[in-house]
Amino acid sequence: MCSVCGCSDGETRIEGKAVSHSHDHKHEHGHEHGHDHHHGHGHDHHHHDHGDHHHHDDGTHHYGQGEAGVAVAGMSQNRLVQIEMDILAKNNAYANGNRAHFEDHGILALNLVSSPGSGKTTLLCKTIEMLKDRFPIAVIEGDQQTAADADRIRATGAPAIQINTGKGCHLDGHMVGHALEDLAPQDGSVLFIENVGNLVCPAAFDLGEYAKVAVLSVTEGEDKPLKYPDMFAAAGLVIFNKTDLLPHLDFDMDAALANARKINPGVKILKVSARTGEGMAAWLAWIEAARAMQIAGNEKLAEKA
Amino acid sequence: MHEMAICESIRSALEEQAQVQDFSTVDVVRLEIGPLSGVEIEALKFGFDVVMRGSLAEKARLEIIETEAKAWCMMCAETVPIAQRFDPCPKCNSHQLQVTAGDEMRIKELEVN
Repeated sequence: MCSVCGCSDGETRIEGKAVSHSHDHKHEHGHEHGHDHHHGHGHDHHHHDHGDHHHHDDGTHHYGQGEAGVAVAGMSQNRLVQIEMDILAKNNAYANGNRAHFEDHGILALNLVSSPGSGKTTLLCKTIEMLKDRFPIAVIEGDQQTAADADRIRATGAPAIQINTGKGCHLDGHMVGHALEDLAPQDGSVLFIENVGNLVCPAAFDLGEYAKVAVLSVTEGEDKPLKYPDMFAAAGLVIFNKTDLLPHLDFDMDAALANARKINPGVKILKVSARTGEGMAAWLAWIEAARAMQIAGNEKLAEKA
Repeated sequence: MHEMAICESIRSALEEQAQVQDFSTVDVVRLEIGPLSGVEIEALKFGFDVVMRGSLAEKARLEIIETEAKAWCMMCAETVPIAQRFDPCPKCNSHQLQVTAGDEMRIKELEVN
């Protein structure tokens, strides 16, 4: 991974091409970043106050706070630097850049997270077929390898871009920023970001989305929310998918609902079968409502609505 | 799983700070990690040594301050300690809790040269 901007050298691939380092990597500070991103990437630099070391007029720097609180001339001293920064500050800055872009363009971005095999891509294909005549749709697909999912999405007619994370277990704000440049979703569109199938890591990485949508297939068992609490806590919507299989399973829906609400008391939960179409109307209604929320106040789009 | 990515974020933060705050090596990295942050501390320690190799923090010692998780109980209208996200309120057993602390993942301070 590039240690300056966090690009994963040679690992992350967008549509089979390595993420290009077209932006200048001069972080000498006090100058403009050469990023050619449409969305603003704010970089937070936490400057500490120099309370614990003093610059004297004779050109010597005095570091008073050594480990024992003493300074010995000629001896190098450990210096304590208070940083107090979020470890993921850089990702969060990229995510905020993405969020500002979504806000400006009235794009509803939904980050779909689940275990592998929960039916996200099938749900997405069905959703696109039912929504594509109402507003523009675009998709960012994340997988470790292969462009199979993006191909499935493109077959529905929606533009899609595949991010292969290589060894990575999640999408991050920076990858999504690059994908946005290539995908360039239209104003007022719904952007689905299908994260890498993994209920652990994507919980921690903000992409700038409006909401995380956690998809759980009923074959996975009702205790999944308790086993992976971070993801269910981060979700703005939980979908129980593959409900057509319920007659064949011992899945306890009441227990599943209770478990999800133990983690996230206010979360909205929908029961859907992408295969039979059961519950799809509620999911589409949720998307429409969320899109209305996202474009509220956007003057360009409000006129059309 | 994502502890390696977190270590890489730490490394890049250190390299940026080295320029801003003018230091060349890092001796100690002190982190604050909450029990609800999703970070496995043993995995983080392992990843730290691997990721810092060849960097200004190659010989750095990793110190982790584990913070406590707290939540606001809407029934009791007060802050209560919790251990996990799905814990009920220790006083009234309600799950109407809003987590208020425990998901910290911060670089608190460094000892540098």
